[in-house]
Amino acid sequence: MTVSALRLAPFLLAAALAATGCQPASDGTPPADAGTGPAGATRISGAGASFVYPLMSRWSADYNAATGHQVNYQSIGSSGGIAQVKQGTVDFGSSDKPLSAAELAEAGLGQFPSAIGGVVPVVNLQGLAPGELRLTGPLLADIFLGKVRAWDDPALVALNPGVALPASPISVVHRSDGSGTSFNFTNYLSKVSADWKAQVGEGTSVAWPLGVGGKGNEGVASYVQQIDGSIGYVELAYALQNAMPYASMQNADGRFVEPGAESFAAAARTADWTSASEFDLVITNAPGPDAWPIAATNFILVPKAADPARTRATLDFFRWAFASGTEQASELHYVPLPPELVAQVEAYWASGFGYE
Amino acid sequence: MNAIPASAALQAAPAAPPRPGRDRRDARADRWFRRVLAATVAVVLLALASAALSMLWGGREALQSQGLGFFLSADWNPVENRYGALAPIAGTLATAFVAMALAVPLSFGIAVFLTEVAPRWVRGPVGSAIELLAAIPSIIYGMWGLFVLVPVMTAHVTPWLNAHLGTLPGVGLLFRGPPLGIGVLTAGLVLAIMVVPFITAVMREVFLTVPARLKESAHALGATRWEVCRDVVLPYTRSAVIGGIFLGLGRALGETMAVAFVVGNSVRLTPSLLEPGTTIAALIANDFGEATQTYRSALLLLGFVLFAVTFVVLALARLMLARLARREGA
Repeated sequence: MTVSALRLAPFLLAAALAATGCQPASDGTPPADAGTGPAGATRISGAGASFVYPLMSRWSADYNAATGHQVNYQSIGSSGGIAQVKQGTVDFGSSDKPLSAAELAEAGLGQFPSAIGGVVPVVNLQGLAPGELRLTGPLLADIFLGKVRAWDDPALVALNPGVALPASPISVVHRSDGSGTSFNFTNYLSKVSADWKAQVGEGTSVAWPLGVGGKGNEGVASYVQQIDGSIGYVELAYALQNAMPYASMQNADGRFVEPGAESFAAAARTADWTSASEFDLVITNAPGPDAWPIAATNFILVPKAADPARTRATLDFFRWAFASGTEQASELHYVPLPPELVAQVEAYWASGFGYE
Repeated sequence: MNAIPASAALQAAPAAPPRPGRDRRDARADRWFRRVLAATVAVVLLALASAALSMLWGGREALQSQGLGFFLSADWNPVENRYGALAPIAGTLATAFVAMALAVPLSFGIAVFLTEVAPRWVRGPVGSAIELLAAIPSIIYGMWGLFVLVPVMTAHVTPWLNAHLGTLPGVGLLFRGPPLGIGVLTAGLVLAIMVVPFITAVMREVFLTVPARLKESAHALGATRWEVCRDVVLPYTRSAVIGGIFLGLGRALGETMAVAFVVGNSVRLTPSLLEPGTTIAALIANDFGEATQTYRSALLLLGFVLFAVTFVVLALARLMLARLARREGA
């Protein structure tokens, strides 16, 4: 090679690399136009709460198999989802905490529920069967406030006469990262305990009075399993998968219920959806004899002023999910929306988005 | 008559003609080489400055709303937007201190063993094994800490410390805590293990540079192995050893995932090593995803604080090394 060719070589190499790097955007990023794939199949993207990520994954795989359309969901957390859908970089966002009607109007978004889940207190006590331990809302708040410090506290003993509670201290485990699970849990405690509301309040991240923080539902589950005499809160799926003894809770009607698909569905049914504008309702402490007190809803946010073709594609996906995705939801320990709520959501689509 | 041909001959046979093209090309190449090197340095400095300034810029909202209370108050309340970062700052310093207190003697022992005591066939494999510790990803350390170390601490170490050292006056405050294996002490322990390979590698390299003549003279005068280490090897290598220690300290200050698994993640200020705590890096890693507005600004400011703390520590290291060098007359 001549000297000048040697000198040119690095520049040529760099130019070649740059040329190969300039590919059109891959599936991971939302396309600028109404993304159409092969043979008119649409491509939509969503982002938000990690709570529904397993469900969204399953729904999008089955939707693709059934219709050929693609749905991509990124689990980046509720606030990330809200931020991205406000900016218009995704077609729908998902959040465990509902936005108020005022916020929705300001951001030009529509909101509707997608799936129901629940938060379950789990304990680590020797020889306790799932559901054997009974707790009330105020007592749970006192435990997490540090007012009730030992398992043989009179309040706990009075509530559980048949259970042999040890004299050991209670170790509290909470979430270290911000999460919708924490939001629903602290929202419930704020509703049932004035002390909790005054001292701590509700939010995805709060100043916990005591206890250790685990990262994610998995972190809390592993801490509770390791520490004797500990109590924590996780989504139902984690409690069932790890076979951890959970507590029964006293609901707003005064009855003790165990967590599960039936009690979550009961909470979703009896919650007052019709009077909630834009579905702005947190269904903790729901009325009804069978309702689980710490049920949680996941909300989908869709921009109202986006490209009509993409809005149609997004709402098509959710219509399919509500109609044909209920089995998958139950398999993954989520509760599909009750039929009355689905009807209400579809009426909302018609009025808010002009979607049939 | 003869002069003319001589001068003509002189004129006709001048010195070898200069090759101006080649020289000029060489000078140009040199200039470009210098410019490219300067550019690489500039890129690195630019990246450093932009990282620090962007964090400070992102944190200006928190600084304006919290003021100096950000650095002095221990009240971290995201619900009411009050951010006092004393707890994570103290936790970072505490875990780093515990890690160094455990890692430095351990590394020193390993380095001395490998250079002075061990038979020659042991040095290679053991040295490689120590260096392998540095290659393990930090999240693996976190998992190992959570699933292996924490049960051991919970079952044996923490109750023992609580019972025997927790009752002492004064020092006992450090060792009084719940019977959990999760806390500042466990995090310091995991960090110590992560930091040992770095310090050991530096110490080992530098111990090998001590001239054999010095050590042999000391041995000939009747010094024991320990006396040779303390009075010949260490003074000779002091600056490099301190440099190695501060390298390890820099890693211990910034370690994120391994600490987040075992430190307990409780944003409260406690004097006890056995209580859960938090560090700056762990707090940011936990909360950055869901943080909005003021909270995110507070976390960015916290990142800048970590930057500043690391910078101060490294500056102290340089100062100490400079003073030592001056004292040694270098």
